[in-house]
Amino acid sequence: MNGLALLIPIALGLGLLGLAAFFWSLRRGQFDDLDGAALRIFVEDEEEGAV
Amino acid sequence: MTAAALIERDFAVPDIRCAGCIAKLEQGLVRDRRIAAARVNFTEKRVHLSCVPDAEMPDLIGAFTTLGFEAHPIGDALGDADPAAADSRELLRAVAVSGFAMMNIMLLSVSVWSGASGATRDLFHWLSAMIALPTIAYAGRPFFRSAWRALRHRQTNMDVPISIGVLITTGLSLFETATSGPHAYFDGVVMLLFFLLCGRWLDSVMRDRARGGVTALLRNMGTGAMVLGDDGKSRWTDATALEPGMVMLVAAGERLAADGAVLRGTSRLDLSLLTGESAPQLVRVDDRVHAGTLNLDAPIEVRVSAVGGDTALADIARLMGEAAQGKSRYVRIADRAARLYAPAVHALALIAFIGWMMVGAGWHHSLLIAVAVLIITCPCALGLAVPAAQIVAAGALMRVGVLIKDGSALERLAEVDRAMIDKTGTLTLGRPEARDLERLDPQLQSLALALAQASRHPLSEALTRGLQALDVARADVHLVRETPGFGVEAKWGDRVVTLGRPNDPVAGDALATQLSIDGALAATIRFADRLRPDARAAMDALRTDGIDVSILSGDRAAAVAPVARELAMTAQTGMSPQDKLAALARQSAAHKVLMIGDGLNDGPALAAGHASMAPGSASDVGKNAADCIFLGDRLMPVVAALRMARRTQAIVRQNFALAIGYNVIAVPLAFLGYVTPLVAALAMSGSSLIVVGNAMRLKRAIR
Repeated sequence: MNGLALLIPIALGLGLLGLAAFFWSLRRGQFDDLDGAALRIFVEDEEEGAV
Repeated sequence: MTAAALIERDFAVPDIRCAGCIAKLEQGLVRDRRIAAARVNFTEKRVHLSCVPDAEMPDLIGAFTTLGFEAHPIGDALGDADPAAADSRELLRAVAVSGFAMMNIMLLSVSVWSGASGATRDLFHWLSAMIALPTIAYAGRPFFRSAWRALRHRQTNMDVPISIGVLITTGLSLFETATSGPHAYFDGVVMLLFFLLCGRWLDSVMRDRARGGVTALLRNMGTGAMVLGDDGKSRWTDATALEPGMVMLVAAGERLAADGAVLRGTSRLDLSLLTGESAPQLVRVDDRVHAGTLNLDAPIEVRVSAVGGDTALADIARLMGEAAQGKSRYVRIADRAARLYAPAVHALALIAFIGWMMVGAGWHHSLLIAVAVLIITCPCALGLAVPAAQIVAAGALMRVGVLIKDGSALERLAEVDRAMIDKTGTLTLGRPEARDLERLDPQLQSLALALAQASRHPLSEALTRGLQALDVARADVHLVRETPGFGVEAKWGDRVVTLGRPNDPVAGDALATQLSIDGALAATIRFADRLRPDARAAMDALRTDGIDVSILSGDRAAAVAPVARELAMTAQTGMSPQDKLAALARQSAAHKVLMIGDGLNDGPALAAGHASMAPGSASDVGKNAADCIFLGDRLMPVVAALRMARRTQAIVRQNFALAIGYNVIAVPLAFLGYVTPLVAALAMSGSSLIVVGNAMRLKRAIR
C-alpha cells in the first residue's frame, strides 16, 4: 500500500506534465503549421554576408 | 523606428509549394527595409509580416512580386479570433484532456481487471471517479450542449443517445463505487468521449483547412485602389475605406474595387465574372462600371458611387439567401442514422432492464445490464466512421487541387445525377488566349515576345504565355517604352517596332493586338476565350458516370453554340441569375443537381444546387457559394471529386455495416450479462480501430 501511495501520484503527475506540455505547445502555436514544420528542416539558415 | 511602432499584416500567397519557397520568402522579404520580420505558414499558404506603419500595400505586394510570388492581402492580423478556429482549438483541448484521463483511468482499470480486490479496488475506483468526473464535465460539453439544443427543438441527433448513455453510466458507476461494487465503467465512458471527440475534431479540422484555402483564394478581400487625393497625389486605400465620391485610378489589368462612373478615359472592361458575357464592353466617360470587372485596355479614373451594397449585388445576395435555405434542410448521414439508431438503442436497453427485472434479477443487476447494453451500443464507431472517411478523402482531393468545404458537401456530391455548367470561365478558361500564334513568322514571334514581356497588360501577358508555350526565343530589342492605352515600343537594330492596339477596329469587338515595324503593319494577333484543355474528356467522363450534363450560360447563343457543339451538350443561353435559379429549380424536382459555375451571376444557382463547384478563378461570390473549389486550368478534378465522393460514401456505408455487424455480436452478449467493463473497453476500441483503418483505404483511392 505504501508503494501505491508513492507510485499513483507519480503516474498522475507525469500524465499531467504531458498534458500541460501539450497545452503549452498548443498555445505557442506549434501546431499551427504542421506541413511547414516538416519542410523547414530543408531550409538552410542564411549565412552572414551571403549574397 | 521602434519595435512598438511595427504593424502586423497577413498575406495569402497561394504559390508556396516547397521548402525553397519558405526560405526565399522569409529571407528575401526581410531584406526590404520596411519589413522587420516575415513568417510563412505553409499549411494555410499565408505569410505574416511585421512592417513599419508607413509601408504602403502596393509596396508590400511589390516586395512579394520581386521575389516571384503573387500575394493577396487578407483582412487584418486580428482575424485569429474567428469562431470556427476557436471551436477546433476547444475541441483539441477536450481531446487532450480526455486522452490524458483515459490513459490514467486505464492504468487503474488494468490493475482492477488483473485482480485487485477489496480496499485496493475501491481506492482505484475512487481515484478513477476523481479523474473521470471533471473530465466528463469538461470534455463532454460539446455533446451535452448539442443534445440539449436538439431536445429543446424536439428533435434528436447523434448527441442525444451519447449524452444519455454517458450520464446514466457515470451515475451508475458512482453508485457502484460508493457501494464497493465490482463494475465501474469510468474507463469506458472516458474512452467513449475520447473517440467521439477525435471524430468531432477531425470534422472541424477539415472545415478549417478548406476555409484556410478558400480565404487564400478570395482575391478581392482586403484589396483596394489607388485613390486620387485633393493634392493631386494618389494614395493606396483599402477597399473597406473607400467612400462614395472618391476618385480611383484603375490601371490596365486591375480589377475595380468599387462601383462607380467613369470620370476620365476610355477603355474596355471584361465583365465575364459578372454576367458571363465573353466579349469585352467598351466604356466611356459617364458610363457606369461595377466592382469585380477587369480593366483591359487603358487607365481610367472612376468616381466611386457605391461601396458594397449596389442594387445589382443586393439583388443577387437576396436570391442567394433564399436559395441557400433549401440546402440547410439537408440532414447529414450520421444524423439520419441516429434518427433510427437512438430509439433502437434506448428501446434495447429498456427491454434488457425490464427483461432482467421480470426474471427476478433485482433492480441493481438489471440496471447494470441495461448500462452495459447502452455503452456497448453507443455510436462510438459511427461517430468516428464518417468524419475519418471524409477527412481522408478531403486530404487526398486537396492534393489533386480540389478544396472541399465540409463533410456534408462530400455527402451531397455523391448523390448528384445531373450537372448544369456555366460556360464562360467554367467550361472555358475565362481569360483571353492568343490564337493562331504558330502560323506567325518565327522572326515576328520573337519580336512579339520581346515586346509583350515588357508589359503587364492582360493581353501582353496572354501573348507571353502563348509564345513561351511555343518555345520562342525573344528577339534582342532595346529602349523598350510602354505607353498606357496604346502599347509597347522598342528599337530593334535601327528599326522601330511597336505592339499595341489596332488603329482601326478589326472584326467587330473581338480583342486583337497589332505588331508593326517602322509604322507598317506586320501582323495582327487575335485573342479569344478558349475551352479548358480537357473539357471534352471531363464531360465524357461525367456522362460515363451516369451524370447528364448541360450548359447554363448568361452569354449570347452565338457564343455558346460552338462550345455546346464541341462538347456535345445541350445549352440554355442568355440567362439572367433568376433564369438560372429557375432552371435549377425545375430540375431539382426529379434530380439532384450539381451546379458548376464561376460568376457573380451563378451565385444564386450555386447556392441552390444540391452540390456546387467553382473554379479557383471564380468571383468571390461564386467561391463563397460553392461547396468545392477546383484549382488550375483542368476540368478533370471535377470528375475526380465526384468519384472520390462516391467512393467515400461507399466506405461510410461499409463502416455502418461494420458497426451494425459488431452490434449484432456484442448486443446479445451484453443482454446476457457477459459484458464486463473489460469486454466493453476491448470491443469499443477494437471497433473504432477497424472503421478508422477502413477509412484509411481512401488515401490510395485517388490513383
